[in-house]
Amino acid sequence: MEVLAGLTTPIVFGILLGGLYTLIALGLSLVFGVMKVINVAHGDLVIFGSYLAFAAMTMLGIDPILSLVMGMPLLFVIGFGVQRFLLNRAFAVSLDAALLVCFGLSIIFQNFCQIIWTPFSRSLKPPYALESFSVGVVNIPLVYLLDLVTALVVMLLLREFLRRTYLGKAINAASQDTKAALLMGINTGRVYAFAFAIAMAFAAIAGVFLGLTYPFTPTSGVAFLIIAFGVVIVGGLGSMLGTLIGGMVFGLAQTLGGYFLGAVAQMFVAYILVFVILAVRPQGIFGR
Amino acid sequence: MAQETLLKVSNIDVFHGSFQALWDVSLVVKRGEIVALIGANASGKSTLLNTISGLLHPAKGSIEFEGKNISVLDPFQIVTIGISQIPEGRRVFPTMTVLDNLIIGSYNRKARAKKEQNLKMVYELFPILKERKNQLAKTLSGGEQQMLALGRGLMSDPKLLLLDEMSLGLAPIVLNDLYKALKEIRERGITILFVEQNVRRSLKEADRAYIMEVGRVVLSGDVAELREEEEVKKAYFGV
Repeated sequence: MEVLAGLTTPIVFGILLGGLYTLIALGLSLVFGVMKVINVAHGDLVIFGSYLAFAAMTMLGIDPILSLVMGMPLLFVIGFGVQRFLLNRAFAVSLDAALLVCFGLSIIFQNFCQIIWTPFSRSLKPPYALESFSVGVVNIPLVYLLDLVTALVVMLLLREFLRRTYLGKAINAASQDTKAALLMGINTGRVYAFAFAIAMAFAAIAGVFLGLTYPFTPTSGVAFLIIAFGVVIVGGLGSMLGTLIGGMVFGLAQTLGGYFLGAVAQMFVAYILVFVILAVRPQGIFGR
Repeated sequence: MAQETLLKVSNIDVFHGSFQALWDVSLVVKRGEIVALIGANASGKSTLLNTISGLLHPAKGSIEFEGKNISVLDPFQIVTIGISQIPEGRRVFPTMTVLDNLIIGSYNRKARAKKEQNLKMVYELFPILKERKNQLAKTLSGGEQQMLALGRGLMSDPKLLLLDEMSLGLAPIVLNDLYKALKEIRERGITILFVEQNVRRSLKEADRAYIMEVGRVVLSGDVAELREEEEVKKAYFGV
């Protein structure tokens, strides 16, 4: 019983942290699912989202979560433009070209953040960021709970959007068979642009909750890109449910690894898990 | 038989990269006809359909639909003006439901307005699709998937249906139903151009036919004439 009681905290934290990881990985998973390109700039775009909220908070005094009413449309528009005018043209050459474009974007956004906001560590700390509450023996910071709730809400909205709207169905169709989608009258270039734009709006959300949970610097994107990779590898690239489960599993591996082997080992355990999954089930838990 | 020209392909050359797949191909489809495009593997039949659909563009020559040049349009624009291709291998969206597959067929703006009406037509033609509307497309049999592919194509509200190798991998008894459905589709005012390897079957089901060999049209005419043609007999029936 002693052990079980001690385990409660890392399990609860693992699941809550999984919510944040899901949010971060969702855009990466969506872009890969639809366009089969791994957006290596995703982490940097998430961090760009964190900085937008930071700017809104420090310059305009707007709450980070509320600032999403500006951050999401802005990243949506940037995403639409990037896909429409850069990536779609790169696709016409090859997927490798698209990957290079993403790599270039990564460098551009990283340096942009560094120039504007300096390399110093920042964080989003509105008053409620320090709140916490107790459930039994576990003391839960409010932002961790917000991470998970937001992830669940965003997932649910995305699922309903993909199921119910023409555009959602078209995104789904284009991800399953591009040629057939073209022959059904779907302008796949436009659909791709919307998919990338939506993924970027998710990056804005992920950026805010990341900033509420952890401090960040302009180069933090790389670390979170790798975590997002881990999440989608565990869950299955392109699977939405897989992204949620992958986030939880990754979060749990990290917190339980930390509990049993000490804080320094937590990411080590999480990546060992990624290796094991790659070896045993390379398509991921929910991969097709 | 109606005489108004619906589709006119004139002297097109089409390349896959540096490989020339079509040589000076011409073809006419009149409104209300069922026309067969016959030929062995790699004779250019699918390339011709894909060029009409806008997936490929001709290097030379023109494609006119209802009198307008369409050879520079993109595939989604071609669908909107009323040409729908049912691709080889059916290519239904496997993890979408039967109903969602049909709805995605009505994606173009013009077809959306007539969605309910066209859905009713599809269910009348293929009642099995209505029964299975909530199943995932990948759970259907080959014949049912071909019906779904046809239904999905009809949902785009086409004037001209392009059908690529409908019979591939299907049992003769299933094919009979599909060809019967084609006749009914024609009754509803939709013109059909279909690609087929089976010469005997094509000459039975179509009004006119074009025979292709290595990227060229080598023979064309009414099916009755073609059946009598010595060359066809020799090349395809072995008599």
